[in-house]
Amino acid sequence: MKYWRKPLDLGTIEVTRGIVRVIEGRCKGCEICVNFCSRGVLRMSDKFNRKGYHFPETIPGRECVNCRFCEAICPEFAIYSVETNGLA
Amino acid sequence: MSARQNRDPEPLHPHDELLRTDRIPHIWCSGCGIGIVFGALMSAIKKSDIPLDDIAVVSGIGCTGRMAGYIALDSFHTTHGRAIPFATGLKLARPQGNVIVASGDGDLLAIGGNHFIHAARRNIDLTVVCVNNFNYGMTGGQLAPSTPFGAKTTTTPQGSPDEPFNFCSLAAACGAVYVARWTALHIRRVTTAIGEAMNKKGFSFVEILAPCPTAFGRRNKMRRALDLLNFYYDRSVVKHGVHPDEASLDFNQRLVVGKFVDRERPTYLDSYHMVHQREIGDWPTIEHYSTMLAKEKTEA
Ligand SMILES: Cc1ncc(C[n+]2csc(CCOP(=O)(O)OP(=O)(O)O)c2C)c(N)n1
Ligand code: SF4
Ligand code: SF4
Ligand code: SF4
Ligand SMILES: [Mg+2]
Repeated sequence: MKYWRKPLDLGTIEVTRGIVRVIEGRCKGCEICVNFCSRGVLRMSDKFNRKGYHFPETIPGRECVNCRFCEAICPEFAIYSVETNGLA
Repeated sequence: MSARQNRDPEPLHPHDELLRTDRIPHIWCSGCGIGIVFGALMSAIKKSDIPLDDIAVVSGIGCTGRMAGYIALDSFHTTHGRAIPFATGLKLARPQGNVIVASGDGDLLAIGGNHFIHAARRNIDLTVVCVNNFNYGMTGGQLAPSTPFGAKTTTTPQGSPDEPFNFCSLAAACGAVYVARWTALHIRRVTTAIGEAMNKKGFSFVEILAPCPTAFGRRNKMRRALDLLNFYYDRSVVKHGVHPDEASLDFNQRLVVGKFVDRERPTYLDSYHMVHQREIGDWPTIEHYSTMLAKEKTEA
């Protein structure tokens, strides 16, 4: 994450990190998760799933903050995130 | 427990605990708001800490009505418009249970409209979740009592000449004790509202403005679910506690959302007990279903 100035307590607060997982076979390519991820972590893949839909993938270098919005909004229960405590 | 069998052994998603995963992917179209509301309903159920065996989901016919078939809880998919009468019977027969009705705008307030007003009037202790997608999605997009003035549907190709119902105002006027409206993109608010409605004793109503890109959006210049989600959200104005008559849905200006009603009133069972006290004496203490189950186990 980039800061416009370094917060004074940066060393003491832990920024939540997550790994986002996609259940490719369930996705119907609506792009809702891609549009509403506040961190711009996701983009649509060029690949198709077995039903012929594009599914989301993560953009290398972008950091998921485990806000779980994508998990809450996905109409297909096809995406979710898990906390990693900044280890990943 | 039968509803909780027949599922994939390996959960793939946090919601899988409450899903009949053998039926997933579901039939709803790409981007359909029903899946979003269904997810919120499952989150609310999980957060409520009510034992899962005490919860039942009842729905009528329509795309929204399919919810009952996807949830791994006791559920019933009734006939068109009759979710509330079925749920009423269920609640009266087993008052300790938490009964949720999941219904579309047409199912709940066109063919089922009379049941809705009288259940609210009698304050039957139900949680009614309405996915308002402003049309009959399942049958191809006909006019519904919620269709906004001027909107195009298959039965109003020139635009609807009808004045739509304000569901929240109707529910409140009939006596509902909890009334809230959100758009599908207010996903956390939707989840909280359903949770509050489940905990509320009496007739509770939560309306969610949700995209139906296939039948409604396509005819009204909003082909993608994203267009509809943004349209409803961007025009929404949060007004907690406003009189539901003033919580209007004006597609050209603003869509009023928020929690409009949260009040107390004796439920149907409370009043029934009061009136019949002489004949039935003290109301039998209703044991919680989970306590009964535990007792049965130790006795066996
Ligand atoms: C007695 C009866 N009349 C008509 C129908 C046809 N029908 C099926 S679903 C439906 C309307 C569904 O609209 P809504 O409740 O808004 O659900 P949605 O599909 O939009 O979620 C109708 C009229 C029926 N199944 N049964
Ligand atoms: S929101 Fe769900 S269905 Fe839509 S693109 Fe993302 S993962 Fe796929
Ligand atoms: S959890 Fe939040 S940050 Fe991570 S991908 Fe989903 S929406 Fe983006
Ligand atoms: S027709 Fe409309 S309401 Fe029915 S599944 Fe498709 S998008 Fe959803
Ligand atoms: Mg509808």
